[in-house]
Amino acid sequence: MATVRIPPVLRAQTGGQAEVEAAGSNVGEVLRGLTSAHPDTESQLFGPDGDLNRYVNVYLNDEDVRVLEGLETAVSDGDTVVILPAMAGG
Amino acid sequence: MATGAQTKQQVEEIEPFEAAQEIEGGDVVLIDTREPHEYQEAHLEGGKLVPPGLLGDEIATAAPDKSARTILYCRSGNRSYKAAEQLRALGYEDVASMAGGILAWQEQGLPVVAATGLTPEQRDRYSRHTLLPEVGVDGQLKMLNAKVLLVGAGGLGAPTALYLAAAGIGTLGLVDDDVVDASNLQRQVIHNTERIGVPKTESARLTIEALNPDVEVVEHRIRLDASNIVEILGEYDVIVDGADNFPTRYLLNDASVRLRKPVVSASILSFDGQISTFVPFEGPCYRCLYPTPPPAELAPSCSANGVLGVMAGTMGLLQANEVLKLVLGIGEPLIGRLLLFEALSTRFTELKVRRDPNCPICGPDAPEIADEDLGKFPDYELFCAG
Repeated sequence: MATVRIPPVLRAQTGGQAEVEAAGSNVGEVLRGLTSAHPDTESQLFGPDGDLNRYVNVYLNDEDVRVLEGLETAVSDGDTVVILPAMAGG
Repeated sequence: MATGAQTKQQVEEIEPFEAAQEIEGGDVVLIDTREPHEYQEAHLEGGKLVPPGLLGDEIATAAPDKSARTILYCRSGNRSYKAAEQLRALGYEDVASMAGGILAWQEQGLPVVAATGLTPEQRDRYSRHTLLPEVGVDGQLKMLNAKVLLVGAGGLGAPTALYLAAAGIGTLGLVDDDVVDASNLQRQVIHNTERIGVPKTESARLTIEALNPDVEVVEHRIRLDASNIVEILGEYDVIVDGADNFPTRYLLNDASVRLRKPVVSASILSFDGQISTFVPFEGPCYRCLYPTPPPAELAPSCSANGVLGVMAGTMGLLQANEVLKLVLGIGEPLIGRLLLFEALSTRFTELKVRRDPNCPICGPDAPEIADEDLGKFPDYELFCAG
């Protein structure tokens, strides 16, 4: 299982949880695990084409998956997947 | 020089002119056995500070070679004599104390490194800075000569401005077109109840002037847009992004990359904060991190969602810390790193940020952008303002 860290703007869709455990062998599967447990997160993470929305940054541990293998990036037990949208509050 | 039988022998004392000759000849370890504030005012060139109370702890670092010629001095020659006795007891073989100390040295017209450039009031005001070897008088002068622009005099800008002003950043530009509202005061500590209805730049200026007369505040009571941003940013050395909306953040990024100005960028929402430092072409830019802004429903504002007041202080002071490091040229700024802070769990997380080779602003193939296109996106109207 990997730990998915949920940003504040998505916590309404995860029942307020800041972290969710999800299974999967790669980042895409882990995020699909999240969206099947919390379906309201789906449209905010994925576009109609099934790709990650461009405005959502996803990190495996501390590295942006865009510089790894994207949704195909392998995930091991105990890894952390961070979902990070831009914030503009000042 | 005299070494001889060290035990029970008086400490060798030398006159300032003798010390000067030896120092000029080289191969001398010169130790200043006074307190830091005395050292800061004036010391001998090459003199290493080892205060009497720290002698046991610090002498091995300052003078690692016990066989080396070691000359000690203080203000008038007493403390250095006692310290020389201690060094002898510690096994230093060739120790001398300079008779008459730095006073006699200066009376003979020999040169010292003095705290020039700061007024007596400034030496007092900034003494806790100048005591830091990484800052010193030179660093404080850098701060006094620095020009820092704060975009937003609100949640983040308020604590950032207060501490940068206290630190002695000589010129602080403040960009904000808003007035102080009662709902600001839970976090915007540079304003106060009497200033409700007053323009934020003016309120901030009044607070800063009362805090530190060394700081010149430049009020920019406007909203940044493509027509004015290049001219305004051009006046400053470091930009602090505490804007409350995405259009300003992208606009600021695009203009600062073109002008090659470093931007310390933070944002806060509810219990969460983010901060990074963008130095154009040295590290990634804001668009490398966030290629596109989120749609409005995923971009709530503090006014809509709320924010814990201390988030402004926590993230604002991390921004001030980044600014001071950039101005001083010390430490490791958050270049290529995004630091997240979660207040509820009191957890910091650091993520890597890479330069995007396809970045439309700082990438190798980035096109020239006309002024009117700075900060633009095809779907500009989707931005959430405020």
